[in-house]
Amino acid sequence: MKRILLVLMMIAAIMAGPAQALEPVKIGMITTLSTKAGYLGEEIRDGFQLAIDQEDGRLGGVPVKLLVDDDGRKPEKAKQIAERFIKRDGVKILTGIVFSNVAIAVVPKVVRQDVIYVSANAGPSLLAGKGCHKNYFNVAYQNDNLDEVVGRYVTDAGFKNVYLLAPNYPAGKDHLGGFKRYYKGAIAGEVYTKLGQSDYAAEIATLRAAKPDAVFFFLPGGMGINFLKQYAQAGLNQTIPVFGPAFSFDERLLQAVKDAAIGVKNGSQWSHDLDNPANRQFVAAFKKTHGRTPTLYASQGYDAARLLGSALKQVGGDVDALDALRDAIRKADFATVRGKFGFSANQHPVQDIYIREVIKDADGNYTNKTLKAVFSDHSNVYVEQCKMD
Amino acid sequence: MLLFIEQLLNGLQLGIMLFLMSAGLTLVFGIMQVINLAHGSFYMIGAYVGATVTARTGSFILGILAALPAAALAGMLVEILVLRRLYKKDHLDQVLATFGLIMFFNELTRIIWGRQPLFMDVPPWLAGSIELIPGIPYPSYRIAVIAVGIIVGVFLYLLFTRTRIGMQIRAGASNQEMAGALGVNIRLLYTLVFSLGTLLAGLAGVMAGPILAVEAGMGESILILTFVVIVIGGIGSIRGALLGALLVGLVDTLGRAFLPTLLRLFLSAAYADGVAASLASMSVYILMVAILVYRPHGLLPANG
Repeated sequence: MKRILLVLMMIAAIMAGPAQALEPVKIGMITTLSTKAGYLGEEIRDGFQLAIDQEDGRLGGVPVKLLVDDDGRKPEKAKQIAERFIKRDGVKILTGIVFSNVAIAVVPKVVRQDVIYVSANAGPSLLAGKGCHKNYFNVAYQNDNLDEVVGRYVTDAGFKNVYLLAPNYPAGKDHLGGFKRYYKGAIAGEVYTKLGQSDYAAEIATLRAAKPDAVFFFLPGGMGINFLKQYAQAGLNQTIPVFGPAFSFDERLLQAVKDAAIGVKNGSQWSHDLDNPANRQFVAAFKKTHGRTPTLYASQGYDAARLLGSALKQVGGDVDALDALRDAIRKADFATVRGKFGFSANQHPVQDIYIREVIKDADGNYTNKTLKAVFSDHSNVYVEQCKMD
Repeated sequence: MLLFIEQLLNGLQLGIMLFLMSAGLTLVFGIMQVINLAHGSFYMIGAYVGATVTARTGSFILGILAALPAAALAGMLVEILVLRRLYKKDHLDQVLATFGLIMFFNELTRIIWGRQPLFMDVPPWLAGSIELIPGIPYPSYRIAVIAVGIIVGVFLYLLFTRTRIGMQIRAGASNQEMAGALGVNIRLLYTLVFSLGTLLAGLAGVMAGPILAVEAGMGESILILTFVVIVIGGIGSIRGALLGALLVGLVDTLGRAFLPTLLRLFLSAAYADGVAASLASMSVYILMVAILVYRPHGLLPANG
């Protein structure tokens, strides 16, 4: 009896030993918390942190430590933070970058240093195509996806003459390109405005004169607020319907636009009303913790954390076994809030993409309602360009 | 033709907005010799205070009435605490200090109001549109903005030409030491001028609130155009600011509106759109350069 007890105690000691000695896995989050776009990083961080808190400081049963730093939307600063996380803190997993130009500056550099990067937002075409890398995963979307879905929807809905509007910079052209890939009708006008423009009176008057039957726009942040308000003030929201990717219609921006956004249809890979157990649980928990409806950015942060959790569980928290860790991530064996999720060959999402409509709900809140899934298991066009070694 | 008239109105309205901003800036620049990059911050303060009070009370008028003293008071504080130390300093020091103020105010609004842009809507009694010219329904709110701008212009004209304080400001502008020697309290005058300028910026901000996103950093996008206006108009000259603002507003709006159509006459559609977009964003700067070549001191310089 004594012997058995001794053996049992020894086994217990062996089992507990490594677990106590195990350092928490460090995850570095480089994100945008300052500047007016700071709420995007805040959402990603809060979503990610929620997944950790729900497991009492663990992901997939492995203790983790989340290091967060603010890149101020500057590529240079983000690079420095990445260096510091890797060199000083020994971080092996990075995530969190909001903006595509920042991601392009940071990601190629870090993935070459045997660090895994899991993007919770930015999905520039470069990193999906020619610049793809086995250590780079995107758990959000490829940038074009949310425009492609609108292009298909607008075509299916029978619109034949669409007016396009975007800021005059590379991402603006990319987003309109994504729309045009699936839109089959005529283009009533294609206007590129100054980046950061605030007054759209001239564009709106020209637009009205062009008599399109729908408008598609990509104007992130404050530009979108300005445009929608002025569009509604010109009375056009009653006559010419507006479409766009989800970026101008998250639940936080809507509070600044309110009625002017009602009825706008937008493309998104997630919505808070998607009916699956993981999502119901996530939305309820997020509302309870933060007192607000999560945006799609928060859902991406949460999914990034749970994806990493599933992988850490499979490798038992050993982040130095890089091949095993990569394989585990590639399996995408986690309960996503989107209902289903998989990776394409270039390690970007294969997922359903939806059209949502901005509504005012029964409590007077401005939010999105999912109308229909337009794409099922949608991937991206850059897969062929990606040559992964 | 109707479209052209509508775009003219749009240009006029943008010009009026710019005038409200640049009138204050040009005064400060011309009279106090201070380059104040933080002028846009007072525009932002006006918009934030206006949006908050309007949301709380439901009255747009109360929002304006709260925004004006808030911007003026903030201006007074900044003048007393910061700018006074900078009058004798180099322009570079002033640029650095006021640039610091921009960051300070942007962060401060984020701390007080959060990162989310605020909501502000057109008051219901200005929500419709009016057909000033038959066939062109134009938003009443924008017409109200134009009207307010004209009233402010007249008020400033009367203030400077018909009142004692206006005379003192003009005297201070042409020779501050002499004016001081003749018994004008230059210190007080500077504080007054500065807070008048910030009050006008606050007015522009609160009136822009229903049209634009009320968010941290909203002042910077209009600030650059404002500087273009005062350089074109002639630094220190209110009349110059008015002329410059209208010119910039019209050139910017008409450029954005008609350059694509114009270029399509010569170029292929896709190419024309791209070139027009770039040219339209440059148009006001091209205007500025052209004017500076012929009138290096601006169109209507303050001191002849």
